[in-house]
Amino acid sequence: MKNKSKPDVPHPLEDLVRMDRIPHIWCSGCGTGSVFASCLTAIKQTGIDYRRFTMVSGIGCSGRGAGYINIDSFHTTHGRAIPFASGIKMANPDLNVIVFSGDGDLCAIGGNHFIHAARRNMDLTVVCINNFTYGMTGGQVAATTPFGAKSATTSAGNPESPFNLPLLAYAAGATYVARWTMLHSRDLADAIKESILRKGFSFIEVLSPCPINYGRRNKEKALDALRKYQKNTIVKNGANPAEADIDFDKGVILGKFIDIDKATCDESYRKMYRPQETADKQLKTG
Amino acid sequence: MKYWRVPLDSNEVQVSRGKVHIIEERCKGCGYCIEYCPREVLEFSKAYNAKGYHPPVVRSEDCLNCHYCELLCPEFAIFSVEAIGEGV
Ligand code: SF4
Ligand code: SF4
Ligand code: SF4
Repeated sequence: MKNKSKPDVPHPLEDLVRMDRIPHIWCSGCGTGSVFASCLTAIKQTGIDYRRFTMVSGIGCSGRGAGYINIDSFHTTHGRAIPFASGIKMANPDLNVIVFSGDGDLCAIGGNHFIHAARRNMDLTVVCINNFTYGMTGGQVAATTPFGAKSATTSAGNPESPFNLPLLAYAAGATYVARWTMLHSRDLADAIKESILRKGFSFIEVLSPCPINYGRRNKEKALDALRKYQKNTIVKNGANPAEADIDFDKGVILGKFIDIDKATCDESYRKMYRPQETADKQLKTG
Repeated sequence: MKYWRVPLDSNEVQVSRGKVHIIEERCKGCGYCIEYCPREVLEFSKAYNAKGYHPPVVRSEDCLNCHYCELLCPEFAIFSVEAIGEGV
């Protein structure tokens, strides 16, 4: 079969990507691009008008997502994707706000914002790419680096224990908590779609390889990481987030852990402080 | 298509067929699509693209149009479409 010529049809996600910025900066074998493709697929599958979305990213490799998506988006300051996103949601509650960022940005540098947005049940879809390190700055130890793993700043192994992010999200008040890997592209796209369509703080952790700054120091090529995601994981929907600590020797639990119905921050705020607006809306939507 | 056990209704069920498109110059040679295609449709090309990576080439006509390569590729460099009028 000939593949030399360019296909006569465009790639199906091209309408959602700023093609003039492609190739993106993500390294060969970086999983971020795959997570991004799943996220765009989910947006497409909702059937909602693209003008009803906003993507917000913080700083880091995955933080580039906001710059590549061809809808309204904000590339914000380090750790502050969630407060920007919360502001957007409170000002314009009809928008579907997606936060696309990394573990370091969302849960370490922006850790306080993260727990408080979860506590408030702010209506956001938070896609957190966990590559176990600070990739962009050279692979320093992160709050998610597994115990014993090597990094630029823990050359003999990490002496600290990492966060269990699903447990952190749940304990703080998130009403939807799931974990997938970038290899589980379809489950991931379905989870993102489900989160967009539901109300409340949705947290989706996605395990994804950083072969350059994490893999290299831990003798793990991108495809080795993917094999681990395939072989050393167990899908267990409804599992207790307390069991979701990451230990590939024991098996890492994936799935949808939490899905609770609860009034969102913007709904409660409007009901209490803008009662007329709420009544008008109910009249309109029946 | 090879089956380890021929399904009873294999004559009636239409197996979808796909055609896979590769945009060589976007590829960064990670090999995800090659490794995880369920039908082993792809292999590394011997040639390099302009960036110095070996993009995938199609080695068999078994594509199922499952779109998995399309979802997994970090570079928007591969996708499948339904094969129309190419016989099953
Ligand atoms: S440094 Fe790591 S996380 Fe950043 S683009 Fe490269 S592989 Fe991806
Ligand atoms: S669409 Fe599916 S079967 Fe076809 S090449 Fe891609 S992964 Fe393989
Ligand atoms: S998944 Fe994409 S970037 Fe990776 S080898 Fe296949 S076509 Fe190239």
